[in-house]
Amino acid sequence: MNMHLQPQRTSAETALIDAFGERLSLLPGDGAVMLKRDDAIETIKHGLPTRRVESWHYTDLRRLLNAVPDFDSAAMAKAIAPIVDGSTVVSILNGKSDAKVPVLEGVTFQRLSEKLTDGSIAPGLDSYGSDDAIGALNTAFVADGYFVDIADGAELEKPIELQNLQAGGQTHVRLAVRVGAGAKAVIVERQTGDGPALVSSVSQLVLGEGAEVTWLIVQEQPETATHLAQFKAHLGKNSKLTVFFMNAGGKLVRQEIVVRTTGEGADFKLRGINLLAGDTHTDVTMVLDHAVPHTTSTEVIRNVVTGKARGVFQGRINVHQYAQKTNAKMACNTLLLSDDGEFSTKPELEIFADDVVCGHGATVTEIDHDHLFYLMARGVDEKTARGLLVKAFVAEVIEELDDESIVEALEARLDDWFVTHG
Amino acid sequence: MLEIRNLHARIVDDGTEIIRGLNLTVKAGEVAAIMGPNGSGKSTLSYILAGREDYEVTEGDILYNGQSILEMDPAERATSGIFLAFQYPMEIPGVATMEFLKVAMNEQRKARGEEPLKIPEFLKRVKEAAASLSMDMAMLKRPLNVGFSGGEKKRAEILQMKLLEPKLCVLDETDSGLDIDALKIVSDGVNALRAPDRSFLVITHYQRLLEHIVPDTVHVLYKGQVIKSGDKSLALDLEANGYAGVIGEAA
Repeated sequence: MNMHLQPQRTSAETALIDAFGERLSLLPGDGAVMLKRDDAIETIKHGLPTRRVESWHYTDLRRLLNAVPDFDSAAMAKAIAPIVDGSTVVSILNGKSDAKVPVLEGVTFQRLSEKLTDGSIAPGLDSYGSDDAIGALNTAFVADGYFVDIADGAELEKPIELQNLQAGGQTHVRLAVRVGAGAKAVIVERQTGDGPALVSSVSQLVLGEGAEVTWLIVQEQPETATHLAQFKAHLGKNSKLTVFFMNAGGKLVRQEIVVRTTGEGADFKLRGINLLAGDTHTDVTMVLDHAVPHTTSTEVIRNVVTGKARGVFQGRINVHQYAQKTNAKMACNTLLLSDDGEFSTKPELEIFADDVVCGHGATVTEIDHDHLFYLMARGVDEKTARGLLVKAFVAEVIEELDDESIVEALEARLDDWFVTHG
Repeated sequence: MLEIRNLHARIVDDGTEIIRGLNLTVKAGEVAAIMGPNGSGKSTLSYILAGREDYEVTEGDILYNGQSILEMDPAERATSGIFLAFQYPMEIPGVATMEFLKVAMNEQRKARGEEPLKIPEFLKRVKEAAASLSMDMAMLKRPLNVGFSGGEKKRAEILQMKLLEPKLCVLDETDSGLDIDALKIVSDGVNALRAPDRSFLVITHYQRLLEHIVPDTVHVLYKGQVIKSGDKSLALDLEANGYAGVIGEAA
């Protein structure tokens, strides 16, 4: 008799594997999709990543994911008002897309369940590496979402807001967006809800030649939810992508940002704020590949840490051997407001080309006492003055976005957070 | 209005005593000039009046309208009517100037039991005050003091002083970094605020500012003490003969 050494599964791992068995018959997909699902659940069966996996070193998912809620088919979520007035809203309510998709000139919306059923989305379900636990979890369970196609040359005046709203249980959704050559769009990815849910959400974006997109991720999950998200983008020739994220909620959050420049002249900007409070864990991990010559990127991350919150930013920039003339700059600044809070930041530059400009910097500070004194010397009480300074620290990143309606919308979300956590 | 009695104060960090038995009285409506060589404790005095935590009062008292202010934090002092125009106003990125002005003005009103200003009234007051100081409103759309020149920062300080309507105005070397034209604008701004129930403590190195803001009294600060007091002729005397004579007399 052979001796098998089975690692002890955690209750979360067992719950996920059992749930897959129960859900399988309900999941949409042709043969190709179902094969990807099988591969994905195999990855989960090998165990969730621990701190021994380098990219998960600061977020030991196996240890931190200690409860997996059951699927809750009775849970009801309601669509909410978009952050920018006049936006075209498409909602995924508790994991389900709406049969009625909006009509918008130059844009085609399609339910992702259809693309799973006919298998046309199958190639997009591959994981991007052996440590891609979020991709695997999502591929195994994804049942719905949207596919959005923005036609070549379309210039959208108002944002499209993609809402992923949960009311408890588990939801696994995917948003796939193709932006045609020369098209311009602002896309808001809204992640919120009110239940102790497990959410996995994967967004995939492909930018055609000369396309310009601003993608805003606004994550405001309740402090009981686990939010595992991934944003992946390919940037075509001379395209411009600005990704702005705001993490302002969630019990356990990991937001991965995986970007690859595939065409010369592409420009990527990442701007983000983490507002961390309570006893929570939030991880933002970026992997950026400068894969062709003459591409540029800048990353600015600002973090506010209060209470017993823990935060992580990992920023990895890979400059490929032929990617000469790459220009990349990364900064991560943290305002630490409590003794029990912590923030870990790990910049990594891996450069195989020899004619590039790359840099990174990280700071951790407290509130500037001179600034505090100045505001108080004008009669502003200490609490209000601190609030103004903390808000100022993160608002700087928002103001850079340069579009007044977006800046106002995001500042309103920011104010909302300060009202409840100030 | 202000009575400083045998004040001793030191830097918290290293214990260095800067103010060593300072006595000074400023009456309501009075403009008092504080002059003195570098390192005599002029700026320290202004910070202590405003309540900066870097300094610790070890002896003596500061009475404002008969009440000790030593236990009050900077915000409480400010809402009770004390205003410090900084020598080096701080740039605070991310804090919108207009929002800051609104918050500060409403804090003053709250302390006086008044309703917050309505937006149109607030804008009107800011516009009028800015115009009187030849300030461009576009400047106020920037973050607080960010990218302002030295002169613009000083004007912005006087603008805040006008809007907050304090009772005791402490001007810490407001003339430094100003050209002649700006000096005149700033001085006119200060003079317009002179009132029987408002006092000024004007800290300066030079007689030049006092030609524009004519003081009622002049006090020479040296090694943390007022070593001589007089009227405006004392300032002229200092300008002509330097501090050496006065210091020699006191020694």
